[in-house]
Amino acid sequence: MYKYDEYDRKIVMERAEQFARQVERRVSGDITELQFKPLRLQNGLYMQLQAYMLRVAIPYGLLSSAQLRMLAHISRKYDKGYGHFTTRQNIQYNWPKLPEVPDLLRDLASVEMHAIQTSGNCIRNITSDQFAGIARDELEDPRPIAEIMRQWSTFHPEFAYLPRKFKIAITGTPDHDRAAVRVHDIGVRLVKNDKGVVGCQILVGGGLGRTPVIAKTIREWLPKEDLLSYLESILRVYNQYGDRKDKFKARIKILVNTLGVEEFTRRVEEEWAHIKDGAMKLTQAEIDRVSKFFEPPAYKALEASDNLLASYRMSKDRNFGRWVTHNVEQHKVPGYSAVTISLKVHPTPPGDCSDTQMDAIAQMSDDYSFGEVVVTHAQNLVLPHVETARLPELYERLAKLDLAAANIDLISDIISCPGLDYCDLANARSIPIALDLQERFESLDYQHDIGELNIKMSGCINACGHHHVGHIGLLGINKRGEEAYQVLLGGSPSDDASLGKIIGPAIAPEKVVDAVQRMVDKYLKIRTSEDERFLDCYRRVGVEPFKEAAYATA
Amino acid sequence: MPLLEYRKGGAPLLSAADSWIFVADDQPVPASGDVVVSLARLSDAALSGRSGKVGVRLESTDELDALIPQLAKVSLVAVNFPKFGDGRGYSKARLLRERHAFAGEIRAIGEVLSDQLFFMMRCGFDTFALLDGKDVQAALAAFKDFSVTYQAATDEARPLYRRVQR
Repeated sequence: MYKYDEYDRKIVMERAEQFARQVERRVSGDITELQFKPLRLQNGLYMQLQAYMLRVAIPYGLLSSAQLRMLAHISRKYDKGYGHFTTRQNIQYNWPKLPEVPDLLRDLASVEMHAIQTSGNCIRNITSDQFAGIARDELEDPRPIAEIMRQWSTFHPEFAYLPRKFKIAITGTPDHDRAAVRVHDIGVRLVKNDKGVVGCQILVGGGLGRTPVIAKTIREWLPKEDLLSYLESILRVYNQYGDRKDKFKARIKILVNTLGVEEFTRRVEEEWAHIKDGAMKLTQAEIDRVSKFFEPPAYKALEASDNLLASYRMSKDRNFGRWVTHNVEQHKVPGYSAVTISLKVHPTPPGDCSDTQMDAIAQMSDDYSFGEVVVTHAQNLVLPHVETARLPELYERLAKLDLAAANIDLISDIISCPGLDYCDLANARSIPIALDLQERFESLDYQHDIGELNIKMSGCINACGHHHVGHIGLLGINKRGEEAYQVLLGGSPSDDASLGKIIGPAIAPEKVVDAVQRMVDKYLKIRTSEDERFLDCYRRVGVEPFKEAAYATA
Repeated sequence: MPLLEYRKGGAPLLSAADSWIFVADDQPVPASGDVVVSLARLSDAALSGRSGKVGVRLESTDELDALIPQLAKVSLVAVNFPKFGDGRGYSKARLLRERHAFAGEIRAIGEVLSDQLFFMMRCGFDTFALLDGKDVQAALAAFKDFSVTYQAATDEARPLYRRVQR
C-alpha cells in the first residue's frame, strides 16, 4: 500500500498543527461558531445531537494493520470504545471532545492518516472497489490513480469552497462496478480504447440525496496522463457556475441537468483545451512511483484452490459452508481468497466495530493477509489475501469474536446511516429499524433461501444510507410530527444502475418489518427460480404484487 | 480594516499605506486619486482623462469574461468574497493570472479570514483586506501554514511531481 514520504508526512503534520491553532482561536472567541464551522467541517468535525462527530479518511478504504490498531486506540482514548465504518469507506467517532481533537489528529498523523476533507463543501475522500488489486475480473488496479487523485485533491487551493460537497469514485473493473461510480459527482472507469490502451472514462453528475441521478458519460476515453487536468476543468466549471443560492440545487448533477450534458461537456472541453498540455500532465515517472506501492505482496506459489473452496461450501459444518459461500471471494492469485468480515451482526448497529474487534482484526490481517484490511462501501471489512487452505482456522477465530456472520449481500447485510439516534439532520431513526429487520430475518436458512437482497436505509432525504440504490430502500421521513418510512423498490448502484421507486404512502415504524417480510414472501412465491434475484423479479413483474403485499393487512 | 500584502519574493506584511478609494455606484468619481469601481461602471466616461489609476471590484456573481476586454486599463482587481464559503473568487484570480496574464494587484475583499489566506495566495491574490477585529499576527502567520503543496497553481507553476524527485 501507499507509504508517505517526507512531503506527504509534512502536510498531515502541518494540518494537525493548523487545526490546533484554529481550535484555540475558537475557544478564545477570536472566531465565531459560524466562522469556525467551515474550518472544522473541512477537518471532518461535525456538531451532532449530543457531541462532536469526527470522520477520519480512509483513502479508497485501504488500511494497514498498524493503522487499524491506531483506530482502535483512538476509539479507546477519545471515544467510548467503538467506531462506525461508513459508506464512504471512512470511520466515524461519535464522542470526541473538541479540545482533544488536535491530539487525536496528531495520533492519526503518526500512522499516515488524517481527517482532511472528510466533510465540508470540498473534494471528499476518493473511494474505490474493495477488491481492487485482487479481483479476477479487474482490468487494472485503480488504486495508483486513486492515490494520485487523493494528492491532487488534498488542499487544492482553488476548490476548497465549492458550491457543495464533491465525491469521486474509481473502478478498474469496467464489467463489474463495485464502487458505485454512477452515483458519484465524478465517476472514473478504467477502460481500454480501440487500440487496447487503458485510460479513463469520465462520468459526471451522478448522486443520491434528494434528487437522485445516474451519472452521464462526458468522455469515453482519456489518457491517464490527462486525468488531473480534465478533473481540474470539470471542477473549475462547477466552481464558477454551480448554484450557490440553494443548497439543494448546488450539487454538480443539477448544473449538468440545467446546462444540459452537451453544453456542460462543451464548457469542460473548452476549459481543458487551455490547460491539457500544461504542467499538470502526469509524468510516467509519477505514475510508476505511485504504482510501485501497490505491487502484489509476496504471495506463495500455491495450487489453484477453486475445488477446495467448492468443498468448503458443501462442508458438514453448515455455518462454515455458508460463510464460505457468502463471505469469501475468489482471488486472482491461485490458492488465495478474499474474506469479507461482516459488521452487520445483530444487535450491533450496522458498521460499528469495537476496539477489541479492531485490534483482533488487525492481528488476523497480520497473521493471514499481509497486514492489509479494506473497508467496503457496504460498511464491512475485507481481509484481501487469505490462503484458501487457512480459511477454516480464520473462520474459527472470527467466530469467537462474533465476526463470522455469513450474510454478505443477504437481507441482513443492511446499509444504514446513523439516523436520529446520532444525527442532527435525520427525521427518523435508522438503526433500530435495521436491527428489527435483522432480528426478523435472523434465521440463516431463511436468509440463504432469499439470496442476494440489499436493503439500504436513510434517516432523512440526504440519503447517507443510499436508499435510492437499495433493492429495497427505506427512507425515514417526518409525517405530521411522526416518524414514518417510505419504501422504494428496484434500485441498484452497479453496472445495471437504477433508482428505486417509491411504492406508495409511508409506513409507520412498527409496520415496516412486517411490510418487508410480506414483500419478501411474495418474491419467494413468484420467482421463476432460485437464480432470479429479488431485484430481477421486481424488474420482471413490476411494482404491483409487491405493493399489494406491503400494504396488505395481516 | 487591516490590509495585508504578500508579494512574490517578499514576506507577508501589514501594508503601510493604501492609495485605493472604493467608490460606490451612487457616488461620483473623484477627479483625482486611485479609484475602484464596479464592473458595470468601468466603461463610464467619467473614468477617462483622470489622473489616478483605475481598479475594478468583481462580485462573485460577475462573469470574468465581461472584464477581460477592459482588463488593460485596470491596475487592480478587487475580488469580493460575500461569504467565507463562496469560493468563486479563487477561480477568478487564477484565470486572471494564468490565462489572462494580469500583472496588476489582485485584492481579496469581503469576508476574508486568516484561514483562507494560504489558498488565496496560491491562487494569485497579493493583497488581503482582513476583516476588522481579527488577529493580524495570526493572519500573517497563516500564510506559512503549509510548507508543502501538491498542486500546480499560480504561485507554483509545477505540481509536486514535477518539482522534486520523490
